[in-house]
Amino acid sequence: MAAVQDGQLNMEVEKDIKTEITNDGSGNINANSSSPGSTSSGGKSKSPAGSGEDQQTLLAVLQFLKRNKLTESVDILRREAGLSADADDSPVSDSAGAGSGGVPNVSADGGDANSLLSRVSIATPFAPPATAPPKVVAASGGEDQPDVNVVLSAYSQQGDPVLYPLYYNGLKKFIESVLDCHRAELSQVFYPLFVHMYLELVYNNHENEAKQFFEKFSGDQECYYEEDLRILSSMSKKEHMKGNETMLDFRTSKFVLRISRDSYQLLKRHLQERQNNQIWNIIQEHLYIDIFDGMPRSKSQIDAMSGSLAGEGKRDANKAKVFYGLLKEPEIEVPLDDEDEEAENEEGKPKKKKPKKDSMGSKSKKQDPNAPQQTRIPLPELKDSDKLDKIMNMKEATKKIRLGPDNLPSICFYSFLNAYQGLTAVDFTDDSSLIAGGFADSTVRVWSVTPKKLRRVKSAADLSNIDKESDDVLERIMDEKTASESKILYGHSGPVYGISFSPDRNYLLSSSEDGTVRLWSLQTFTCLVGYKGHNYPVWDTQFSPYGYYFISGGHDRVARLWATDHYQPLRMFAGHLADITCTLFHPNSNYVATGSADRTIRLWDVLTGNCVRILTGHKGPIHSLAFSPNGKFMASGATDGRVLLWDVGHGLMVGELKGHTDTIYALKFSRDGEILASGSMDNTVKLWDTLKAFDDVELDDFTAATGHIHLPENSQELLLGTYMTKSTPVIHLHFTRRNLLLAAGAYNP
Amino acid sequence: AVSMEERRFAEVPRESVKLMAESAGVELSDDVAALLAEDVCYRLREATQSSSQFMRHAKRRKLTVEDFNRALRWSNVEAIAGYGAQDALPFRPIKEGELFFVDDRDVNLVELALATNIPKGCAETMVRVNVSYLDGKGNLEPQGTVPSAVQTLSEDLLKYYQQITRAILGEDPHLMKVALLDLQSNSKIAALLPYFVYVISGVKSVSHDLEQLNRLLHMVKSLVQNPYLYLGSYVRSLVSSVMYCILEPLAASINPLNDHWTLRDYAALLLSHIFWTHGDLVSGLYHQILLSLQKVLSDPVRPLCSHYGAVVGLHALGWKAVERVLYPHLPAYWANLQAVLDDYSVSNAQVKADGHKVYGAILVAVERLLKMKALSLSQPGPGGAGTPWDDWTPVPLPAMYCELYSFFGDSLAVRFSTGPSLGGCPLSAPSQPPDTRKEPPGPAANPDTTRKMPQLTANLNISPRQDGSPRTEPAPPSLARRNSSSRPGQRSAGPSRDVFTKARFPPPQTGPPTFSFLIGGRQMGRRCQGRRFQTSFSSPPPLSTVPPRAYAHKLPVIGRVGKPVRRWTCSHYSLHLPL
Repeated sequence: MAAVQDGQLNMEVEKDIKTEITNDGSGNINANSSSPGSTSSGGKSKSPAGSGEDQQTLLAVLQFLKRNKLTESVDILRREAGLSADADDSPVSDSAGAGSGGVPNVSADGGDANSLLSRVSIATPFAPPATAPPKVVAASGGEDQPDVNVVLSAYSQQGDPVLYPLYYNGLKKFIESVLDCHRAELSQVFYPLFVHMYLELVYNNHENEAKQFFEKFSGDQECYYEEDLRILSSMSKKEHMKGNETMLDFRTSKFVLRISRDSYQLLKRHLQERQNNQIWNIIQEHLYIDIFDGMPRSKSQIDAMSGSLAGEGKRDANKAKVFYGLLKEPEIEVPLDDEDEEAENEEGKPKKKKPKKDSMGSKSKKQDPNAPQQTRIPLPELKDSDKLDKIMNMKEATKKIRLGPDNLPSICFYSFLNAYQGLTAVDFTDDSSLIAGGFADSTVRVWSVTPKKLRRVKSAADLSNIDKESDDVLERIMDEKTASESKILYGHSGPVYGISFSPDRNYLLSSSEDGTVRLWSLQTFTCLVGYKGHNYPVWDTQFSPYGYYFISGGHDRVARLWATDHYQPLRMFAGHLADITCTLFHPNSNYVATGSADRTIRLWDVLTGNCVRILTGHKGPIHSLAFSPNGKFMASGATDGRVLLWDVGHGLMVGELKGHTDTIYALKFSRDGEILASGSMDNTVKLWDTLKAFDDVELDDFTAATGHIHLPENSQELLLGTYMTKSTPVIHLHFTRRNLLLAAGAYNP
Repeated sequence: AVSMEERRFAEVPRESVKLMAESAGVELSDDVAALLAEDVCYRLREATQSSSQFMRHAKRRKLTVEDFNRALRWSNVEAIAGYGAQDALPFRPIKEGELFFVDDRDVNLVELALATNIPKGCAETMVRVNVSYLDGKGNLEPQGTVPSAVQTLSEDLLKYYQQITRAILGEDPHLMKVALLDLQSNSKIAALLPYFVYVISGVKSVSHDLEQLNRLLHMVKSLVQNPYLYLGSYVRSLVSSVMYCILEPLAASINPLNDHWTLRDYAALLLSHIFWTHGDLVSGLYHQILLSLQKVLSDPVRPLCSHYGAVVGLHALGWKAVERVLYPHLPAYWANLQAVLDDYSVSNAQVKADGHKVYGAILVAVERLLKMKALSLSQPGPGGAGTPWDDWTPVPLPAMYCELYSFFGDSLAVRFSTGPSLGGCPLSAPSQPPDTRKEPPGPAANPDTTRKMPQLTANLNISPRQDGSPRTEPAPPSLARRNSSSRPGQRSAGPSRDVFTKARFPPPQTGPPTFSFLIGGRQMGRRCQGRRFQTSFSSPPPLSTVPPRAYAHKLPVIGRVGKPVRRWTCSHYSLHLPL
């Protein structure tokens, strides 16, 4: 989908952002430029050890800003980047905390400073070539060149097209001849090299040579690049390269390779001996080789981590500390007496309950050393009703079934019948009392799963007649006449792709193809806010576990953090090279995870807006994410049918669960995290023994430091069960508070 | 030259581009067309790739036109209109012109606008939950079953259902008639079909109550006749209910005063009707039913009423079914029947009476078999009913007639002479209107009253044939001209005789029987309240040169009723006539 043509919309974005920046002169800005696209320095300020080239980039940006008289922005950028003498040494002030202001935090991951152009700036004819490398600017001689040309012009240097296959073949021969231990590592070079050589040929109008080159060597590439190769092969003209996302992704980001020092030396020596400048140039310009000291990695190790659109994540990218621990639960006085009575009624064992409760309470009082500070980001205060709900939750939790390999959960399946409109998203409330579906016909439907019917609040006129002092006022405000099993919410003008209940069950979020995220009240069943910011389809949205904040991500490759009472985003997380397909909050609400069609998962810090983790290894777009209840682990599922397990703290892949044969649309950990349930398009639910999966991982210092994990091949041991549905793809999973597994999908006869 | 690489994608030939350009009034050179074609291909591929994204997020496996249109819209290209249908659009080639097109049917707007059957709305989207797996192990129901009640009934429909069932199964005959009529013509009851079918499947629980069984069968008839209902797989259930009434030794049959025979006849008629009007739905069932009928027939333990049912059932399925199943089985069956009929003990009286019934039914069946066979011989072409059996060679007509004659003797011959299609009408086929070949009666011909069969204990009452005969009324042509006095003459004159000359059939030589009678009387049983009835009877020819089996002459011809009737409906279905 070419965003390029959509000039008008983009102009709006830009306007928005510009006004924000000019309006906010207070200096609490983390944002750094006039264009959402120029994302280069968000992380830069944290690691000012950038190369000279980066410095030059910054200078170019500054020049541009000056030319356009955006003096304020210049000041800010200077300060942020620490360029001028009076630079502020602590640019990121905590007072810019979330919720305090409407300033978007345009940020990029620290390691990705070279992603010179994000999609938005490419898409905007009005956007300046602010972030183009200085030398290119010089070469192209003017700032009014369309961006694509600027980007592409890097390919203008050309060698003899006839020699390309020879170069490639020469390198191939060399790599085949090196020692086994180096071969696997050096083979990583093939794919990016192949792509760039092909693109160079195409760019320089050597169509036939390009085709021949493709035919000759495309078969050598790893099978998981098949999708990209198909797109590449369809491109045989220079004109096609304009507006082709995959091409731009390749060109605008450096493909990251991790190679051991020995292997790298070997390669370098070879290329220098042969004076193979063509290849050497490509490696220099378009590849980022992350050199590490130590043993070269094996083929399986490399395969496990590669597959993303732009190679692996750099090791630096995953170095930041992540506070993955849970926040301390607020102390709520549990009316123990009531509890006991109830427990007595139901189970007749009141005495055993008490000590248990106490131990639980004391556990939650201890501060987890890995947890973020309680006030790291401001969280909404608990209302009385929230406290009540927490008490309910705790009561329920005592009746929770302990799951394990020998004690699997029961599964209830919620089938959506007669869903001619096409069910596109499902969510349950945490207490499993409501279920909502998003449909392709733009509607959102909410059902009550319990006998309690859905009622609307009375109209204002009727409300004024109510005795506000009465005890049952909450009951009285409801209009009994509107009671029904389900309610339909109209408002979107495109398929609803993402849906999320607020934890207090008062609100519902929905994101749609129409580019908006809507907030619905479940008291009045009306739309309260339409959040406009994404100008393209919004694929997913998710409430924070504490409410108030939510995250959305979509086709524009930028994830946005919102607060329900702000009509503009608080943070913008830019860095993904393709659509953001799914979003998820960390249980402690301090981080958000986004999965993308670029086959990476990124973890973003809500406070700073930085990208703190880039997780690679999936071979297809990621469509589902789940955090373990303790916040330590994450699971992700993709179109490749594999579930990958991640250690959030170390930023490492710790497991691979193979078994599904189609896209995994739903993942959920059980309430205690012993079991992971995965639901897929292949009409099955699978249960996995995560306790064992996480136990089997050996994390010594070396692997933790290098990230070179050796994954055990134990999918079959970890698989606890496969459960078929009847022609019903599983698109959502939910564990009730008592660990009953709920699955949902639309029946497709 | 097209390389292998290019072959991986669909291509638009430059001719197509030129053609399109021409239609827009632009002349293109070859080079331009080639370039354009290539670009078009690329744009198509690009759009297809982006549209797959919408498919993935809609959690579907099938790429729809809607997905493609969204991709086009987001890249600021006009969407394609007119291809939003959910169903696959057939893409057809015209061989001569190498032209491909999407088949677009004409819609008759007038018809659509004036249609009286308003299509029912889509059922409401709903969520249903079921426990699929208990404790992660097996489960109560088969894995992940989908609840059967996909549709819920609206209040109105529910009310309608209750009213209708109450009316049909209730006491008021007038109300029942109205209800049946509505069931027959209502266009909005598709959602209720499973419920009615369920009610009808209740036949098994009321096998003691003939009245209720009868009403349920009428309900079947109404449903079958409703032109707005698509019975689909429910037809199986209906057929099995009908078969139950035909074949089972109903509890009601224990009392000899209960006229379950009529019920069986009516059910058989219904069966034939279903096969006639819903042949496409039940074609798979034909063989199965044939087998079950055969099984009943060949099971000597079954009571005679079941055998009777099997015979009328076969008769209902068409003469080919009779030829295929009943005819080969007759010699074996005959021995049993004969034993029953030869037993004159008092204790056997009831069984013997039943035996006569079966005898009559067989006679009627073979009578039509012979007639239709003769007709099919004289009219080359596909047979009127039944499925063609390639592996089965039919017995030649004369041989068949000989054999049947050896069983029935002159009762058969007499039936031929007195039968409705007497006078060789079917045999003098060329002059015969083709509608006589319609075996099952049309819906209009279905009698909706029940008839009580006459008891065989009737006293002999000779009366001239005409006075009770319905044949003066407009009736199927085969019935048109008939009276007893003209019969002998007709017989000798009928060209049909030629067909039978090779048979051992004696009448031409021995002379025709001279009498024909009607058996008449008052019917027993409280319900019938002494209704009068009549049965045609003709004395067996005593001078038969080839003596038939010993019992043959003892048996009267059964099944002709001389009482005036309101209308003659089904000429071939002589066992069931409305009184």
